[in-house]
Amino acid sequence: MAYWSPYDNNGGTCVAIAGSEYCVIAADTRLSTGYSILTREHTKMCQLSDKCVLASSGFQADIRALQKNLDARHQIYQHQHNKKMSCPAMAQLLSNTLYYKRFFPYYAFNVLGGLDNEGKGCVFTYDAVGSYERVGYSSQGTGQQLLMPVLDNQLQSASPLLLPSKESATPLSESEAVDLIMDIFASATERDIYTGDAVEIVVVNADGIRREVADLRKD
Amino acid sequence: MSIFEYNGSAVVAMVGKNCFAIACDRRLGVQLQTVATDFQRVFKIHDKLYIGLSGLITDVQTLHQRLQFRHKLYHLREERNMKPATFASLVSSILYEKRFGPYLCQPVIAGLDEDAKPFICAMDSLGAKELAKDFVVGGTASESLYGACESMYKPDMEPEELFEVIAQALLSSVDRDCLSGWGGIVYVVSPDQVIVRTLKGRMD
Amino acid sequence: MVRVEEPAKGGFSFDLCRRNAMLEKQGVHAPKCLKTGTTIVGLIYKDGVILGADTRATEGSIVADKNCEKIHKLAANIYCCGAGTAADTENVTDMVSSQLELHRYATGRNSRVVTALTMLKSHLFRYQGYVSAALVLGGYDVTGPHLHAVYPHGSTDTLPFATMGSGSLAAMAMFESRYKEDMTKEEGMALVAAAICSGIFNDLGSGSNVDLCIITKDGVEFLRNFQQPNPRTYVSKRGYSFAKGHTAILSTKVIPLREQVTIEEGDGMAE
Repeated sequence: MAYWSPYDNNGGTCVAIAGSEYCVIAADTRLSTGYSILTREHTKMCQLSDKCVLASSGFQADIRALQKNLDARHQIYQHQHNKKMSCPAMAQLLSNTLYYKRFFPYYAFNVLGGLDNEGKGCVFTYDAVGSYERVGYSSQGTGQQLLMPVLDNQLQSASPLLLPSKESATPLSESEAVDLIMDIFASATERDIYTGDAVEIVVVNADGIRREVADLRKD
Repeated sequence: MSIFEYNGSAVVAMVGKNCFAIACDRRLGVQLQTVATDFQRVFKIHDKLYIGLSGLITDVQTLHQRLQFRHKLYHLREERNMKPATFASLVSSILYEKRFGPYLCQPVIAGLDEDAKPFICAMDSLGAKELAKDFVVGGTASESLYGACESMYKPDMEPEELFEVIAQALLSSVDRDCLSGWGGIVYVVSPDQVIVRTLKGRMD
Repeated sequence: MVRVEEPAKGGFSFDLCRRNAMLEKQGVHAPKCLKTGTTIVGLIYKDGVILGADTRATEGSIVADKNCEKIHKLAANIYCCGAGTAADTENVTDMVSSQLELHRYATGRNSRVVTALTMLKSHLFRYQGYVSAALVLGGYDVTGPHLHAVYPHGSTDTLPFATMGSGSLAAMAMFESRYKEDMTKEEGMALVAAAICSGIFNDLGSGSNVDLCIITKDGVEFLRNFQQPNPRTYVSKRGYSFAKGHTAILSTKVIPLREQVTIEEGDGMAE
């Protein structure tokens, strides 16, 4: 029996870490389907504003549609308010955009990173239908399960149950966070077949946005 | 649902310098309900050979008893202990015998041979051996364990450092898996002594 | 009556089939087993046969073994690359290898490749494809060099060059464009390595290193990890170090192990 299946998973892994005055967002650049690689240099990231970067894995066609939609909404916002959208505002917009398609969702798993209104690093993590949360660090995609325990171990986020509530930013310095990300991507590439080729790292801080690329295994 | 998710488990073994460590979580559940919190999946075959069995508990226990029986028979006949590599082949052939109706568990074997060389090995439920030089994992938390070990492992660790690394890898992994947890138990085996430690972990 | 379990006599046991089928019916599925996604190849050159394989074993989308051995020895002059379910390729080749050894004792002659081929295909055909092993069989015997491809259902091909596994198309592309008859050893090795690398880099089921095995009239050269094109790319500068006592412990037990005493001098056990 033929049936309609509109989704595919193109693989890949995204990570974001927030510090007290920086945010690092990273994703690998492999795009694949089944057992084949479609391209080795496809960015999973999208700069939504000067302080806000979105990294997504899942179905690439849906991700592109979602990014286009957010870009358009951001244009309108700028015309109406004569300013760029803040990162927390963008986070809410992304949530609404995802929930709007609750019963035919965008097959996209997103991590949004950037600086908030006080210049502190912030990370927002989502499910496919728009449930979101502000966290100190997060990862999404095919390598998520491999990376998460290491992030937990190194970044030791304070439990949300602790009182008084702790800062959600992580204790590492910016260079340490970049080092950690390079290492966990190398680890994920060793074990996850859908992660590899290169890792693209974007650092957002008071000076602006900086982009680095490091090689990963290509097998 | 996979049969592995019925009881939930996490098992890991690591190689150090002339020593090895094997660890497992302590939860026994029936799907999402926790039934016991002092459970053990790592079994001693002899002083320098341990096996961790992840998967369906009924098969874990049956298989352990069969293996213990076979090792005792071997000991009676030969008056010596099995080498780890021999034992791994025994486990593998017992599993492959049931190729079309397998025991629903994945063994992790760790041992020291006569010249104190560590041996570790993991298998799937059909008995395909996976011989590694660094670490092997099994259970519902296996993906998390792969990630944690891949970053944290380094070669030639002494027993104390090996303990810290395997304990940290196990605890951070089971915290990301809802079907395993409730602390853990770690065996660090070196030629002259075995250190057994129970770990304090999250109880949820 | 007490039934004492004896070591298996061989053959499969179907004891748990009913139970597992019952579990399956209740919606509890059997676990994923170890597969070798795999690129395996072989070709015939001027003086013999060259076999090649990658070294990745996968369990779903996770790499279970980064450096496994997929070229199995059947006899001194016959080797076999395996793809498919890891347990099946391992056991099928082991079984044929022991049958060949016995056959040599019985006949007093060196094994022939066709003998191995017949043993493999009759076993695989008997199990209707349920023993899922796809093989590339190569060897050099009294009748010259031979290369065969064996499919899980028991059909076989006899070819000058063959590829199998999920990376077979990627590898075959290299063979089809560059293979010629009567290549030298160096040309053959380079082509086999290129075919395996094509699988390693373009097929996600294959990866890590290249293993080669060169079989000629005069013997076998087994080149384990002939190429290692995929080292780890980065190791953390900061490292992960945990101070002693970093982990919270509930209890510690230290069990000393008694050393085996060996008596070197004196009269042991004198009456």
